[in-house]
Amino acid sequence: MDDLLAARSQMAISLGFHILFAIAGMAMPVLMALAQWRHLATGDAAWRDLARRWAKGTAILFAVGAVSGTVLSFELGLLWPEFMRHAGPIIGMPFSLEGVAFFLEAIFLGLFLYGEGRISPRAHLLCGVAVAVSGTASAVFVTAVNAWMNEPSGFAVVDGVVTDIDPWATLRSGAFATQATHVVLGAYAAVAFVAMGIHAVALRRVPDDRMHRHAFTLALGMALVTTPLQILSGDLSAKHIAEHQPLKLAAAEGLFATTRGAPIALGGWPDAESRTMTGAIEVPLVLSVLATGDPDGEVVGLDSAPPEMWPPLGVVHLAFDVMVGCGSAMLAFVLWGAVVWFRSRVPGRPAPWAHRRLLFAAMLASPLGVIAIEAGWTVTEVGRQPWVVHGFLRTADAVTPMPNVVFTLVGFTSLFAVLGVVVVMLLRNLVRSSLPRGRR
Amino acid sequence: MTAALVLRAVIGAALVAYVLSGVADFGAGVWDLLARGRLAERQRAAIAHAIAPIWEANHIWLILVVVLAFTGFPVAFAVVATALHIPIAMALVGVVLRGAAFTFRAYGLQRSDLRARWGWVFAWSSVVTPICLGLVVGGMSSDAIEVEGGRVVSGYLAGWTSPFAWGVGALTLACAALLAAVYLAADLDDDAELQAAFRRRAMICEVITGACALVVALLAARDSPRLWDALLAGPWALGVHVAAFAAATTTLWALLTRRFALARVTVGLQVAAVVVGWGVASGDDLVLGAVPLYAAGVVPHVVEPVLWTLAASGVVLVPALFWLLRVFKSRRASTDEPAPEA
Repeated sequence: MDDLLAARSQMAISLGFHILFAIAGMAMPVLMALAQWRHLATGDAAWRDLARRWAKGTAILFAVGAVSGTVLSFELGLLWPEFMRHAGPIIGMPFSLEGVAFFLEAIFLGLFLYGEGRISPRAHLLCGVAVAVSGTASAVFVTAVNAWMNEPSGFAVVDGVVTDIDPWATLRSGAFATQATHVVLGAYAAVAFVAMGIHAVALRRVPDDRMHRHAFTLALGMALVTTPLQILSGDLSAKHIAEHQPLKLAAAEGLFATTRGAPIALGGWPDAESRTMTGAIEVPLVLSVLATGDPDGEVVGLDSAPPEMWPPLGVVHLAFDVMVGCGSAMLAFVLWGAVVWFRSRVPGRPAPWAHRRLLFAAMLASPLGVIAIEAGWTVTEVGRQPWVVHGFLRTADAVTPMPNVVFTLVGFTSLFAVLGVVVVMLLRNLVRSSLPRGRR
Repeated sequence: MTAALVLRAVIGAALVAYVLSGVADFGAGVWDLLARGRLAERQRAAIAHAIAPIWEANHIWLILVVVLAFTGFPVAFAVVATALHIPIAMALVGVVLRGAAFTFRAYGLQRSDLRARWGWVFAWSSVVTPICLGLVVGGMSSDAIEVEGGRVVSGYLAGWTSPFAWGVGALTLACAALLAAVYLAADLDDDAELQAAFRRRAMICEVITGACALVVALLAARDSPRLWDALLAGPWALGVHVAAFAAATTTLWALLTRRFALARVTVGLQVAAVVVGWGVASGDDLVLGAVPLYAAGVVPHVVEPVLWTLAASGVVLVPALFWLLRVFKSRRASTDEPAPEA
């Protein structure tokens, strides 16, 4: 394995691992604070138990997220020193703000986890809210950096030297608004689906448990709000990318020729040699509508650039299809969930938490959001290749001169694999401990 | 240059904050590892109780140091990340294992023998990580890293493999253990037996730290003559040496006479003096002999708004941090808190 591929793999694995904990760090505190608020509002002890259990899960996920995030902040330099040499001052502002937000999240999480009984119930609840707000803020600031890498602005290059830097450039990047919205909603929806799935498993074993009922209902509510909005934000993102990163969209859709009235390609595999898609189901005009809002709109194809400027086509197309597929399935699920919820007001109809087929579907749908996030991340990152800073710095020119990167790749991958297994085991035990003996 | 100097001072302050909080948490892990005999389990419980609510916040000082370093000194950051790739990667493995293992143990949800194994991982990574961090610092001051045209030409082993750098690693570990022992002794007002144990450890550690500092200075004479000259004759050298020595002596005296609150302050001053001493001994260089401050890539009109933004965020951050420490570190708080139940 050559060093560039090893470095890219290590970065991809570190980010792919960290992102799971980052989304939990954004969305779990929202659920946790809402449960605590319901407890204070209603006095129902089941809400308190739920808030405590979710807080415990949040604590484990946040800790792994904090340490894997630390690894990433160093890996920027360890793996991409040339990127940092040029881009360090430009991405300094959002990372500084992210540092502050992350600091606040750690402080208020400590207070929320260990402060019950030491600070007033209202202050305790506000700490939970502060964790949720600062967790989301830190993700937004990190996304600003990625948006800038996709659509760099706010600097000039004179004789190979970066000058005229606007320190706020990342937060003014055109892609920032759509991308940050897409990341935040995606995180909320994905975590809501995981939570629904977990509590659906529990409810199928202990249908009468109030805590699990509350949990399922709250998570379903969060999914109901965020999933349709996420589909809308995905549409806005697609339109933005069509205009500003046309090659990324062309790669995602395997669109080789610039076309009016372009079809959308479902499945299939793009072949760069023959410039054709094999085995795809093509739905006429849909891509033009998605990209431009006009069935006759022109969508820029891969032929607008020489093949060495193309991102890896197969990976980007597959990842895009997986993301859109998962998103569509999630939308279908929440629409059904909404119908079940609405109908449950009629006497004799089951509540969502008692609807066994909905619970079963929630179990199956549980990983969809997480898969969609990993796939979406792949689209945006692999879709930007061969650039690390679009149009300015190639990934190959940013990589460390350090030889044998494959060793650190293997090392960190094994480390993350072990941590991943342990976290899953601990969370499983956390759920099991809520079930009566004999039903575990 | 003003922006560069101010930024360097701010990074230095964040580094001192990290050493006094995050590195001290590593020291607590060292005492977890060395807990022996009848009091061992009580010591481990006291250590876990002391760091559980605050370790994540303590840890974030390191992230601030890194972010400010690449924002303000991108050239120096790229050089350090390239030349010292190996010890940085080793420190990162330690950081990950320490934090993860501590959390896995704290939240139970496992059989007690597995939890004990996580305790073992937590303790050992707490020993290894400060040594690796010390290697990075030692490497930066070794005068062995060479840069030509902005590229590292001295390979990936220069600097951090010298006896001097390992001496700095040992000194970092000793400082971590010293800080933790003094903090724990000061915290454990309600348990005279444990307090006596940590007081004894703190005093032993104070002597070891002094010895380490002496050895590092002598190794500098051999491995990094430029640093040695600055330590002897630099404009601030004498003041820093006197400050460190006075603080160390006061700490020992305070421990002897059981003035724990005073010891907590003076041990902090002592370790801060060591960090500041390292900074001033590096003179005008960020990476000794390789990257001078003026060539570290500072963009003043970027650094200034970043520092102002951080200063503004202090309006929220500082009260929040004080609140956290007040809730968990005040006398009233150290009475009874059930550990998170399994």
